[in-house]
Amino acid sequence: MPLKSSQEAFAAALLNPEAPVPEGVVNPEGAPAPKRFAVYRNNVTVSLIEALATAFPVIEKSVGEEFFKAMAAEFVRAHPPSSPLLMFYGDAFPGFLEQFEPVRHLTYLSDLAKLEQLRRRAYHARDAEPLGADFLAAVPPKALGTLRVTFHPAVHILTSSHPVLSIWEWNNAGAPDGASLPQTGEDVLISRPELDVEQRRLPPGGAAFLQTLATAAPLGEAAAAGAAFEGFDLTANITGLLESRIVTDFTVDGAA
Amino acid sequence: MSKKIAATSSLALAAAVAAALTTASVTTPAEAAGKEKCYGVSLAGQNDCAAGPGTTCAGTSTVDYQGNAWTLVPAGTCATMELPAAADGSKRAGSLEPLKRDLPS
Repeated sequence: MPLKSSQEAFAAALLNPEAPVPEGVVNPEGAPAPKRFAVYRNNVTVSLIEALATAFPVIEKSVGEEFFKAMAAEFVRAHPPSSPLLMFYGDAFPGFLEQFEPVRHLTYLSDLAKLEQLRRRAYHARDAEPLGADFLAAVPPKALGTLRVTFHPAVHILTSSHPVLSIWEWNNAGAPDGASLPQTGEDVLISRPELDVEQRRLPPGGAAFLQTLATAAPLGEAAAAGAAFEGFDLTANITGLLESRIVTDFTVDGAA
Repeated sequence: MSKKIAATSSLALAAAVAAALTTASVTTPAEAAGKEKCYGVSLAGQNDCAAGPGTTCAGTSTVDYQGNAWTLVPAGTCATMELPAAADGSKRAGSLEPLKRDLPS
């Protein structure tokens, strides 16, 4: 068999527990080696399931260890890694959770998985030095409308119709006494100004404000995009922009 | 969004920025600047992140004081903190670079 097709047959058999031992997998006597192959096949699946459990601890906690393992096995077989970078494996997991029948009623799971995946992306993003919180003081007030910023490579914005950050926090730190989960959706800014990944709840219009800035659009346009949302507070959003330390560079028109 | 309403007036922007500059309280890197990555000092499963190929994140080191797993410690304390001696009696110390000792077999 040519190398390419024998590799493909081997890979297909790896993820299918029903598949026969691929041709050419033999023991020292030259006979087919089903037990050896079964051990290998099991290790591949189990290590990928463990990688998912490490990557999505809050999902695991939400559905329980045993259920997670069974569900992860389904995912691994349907979406084997497409890259050798195991640290990013699981990009397709949020979409899978949306479709996977046994958890379809847990409509928040998918966004929760997105949050966990974006935190990993942020963790592994390139380092960059954020500007000081007073960088806007250097911009002439008249030029503010034309200000364009560059975000830190770890910056991600997640919008959700579920209180996704509260759910994440409650699973990590426990629920505050007597509190009940917010009934509204939460938009989240994920960033990593130094070594630790941070997440903040965004105020109304905050996601649109930051997403517009992320397209290298000027501040004036971002403010207008945010203002399309009820309750948008420009000062609070600019304060958040400064406090979160997500800007690494900026330009203004007509300035050197 | 139509670009026509893009003109949030520069006056409004200036006022908002001025207000933001006075209220923004930034936890300047005091917290982060006061810390450093220290290799070879964390107990098994207690590392902060990245213990080698294939691992994803925190809590994945499998032996005590694993040399290629790090944890965040107050800056300046990494190499001087006291650690128990290794099984063969040799001294252990933390390091700002990954170490070859105490790797999982």
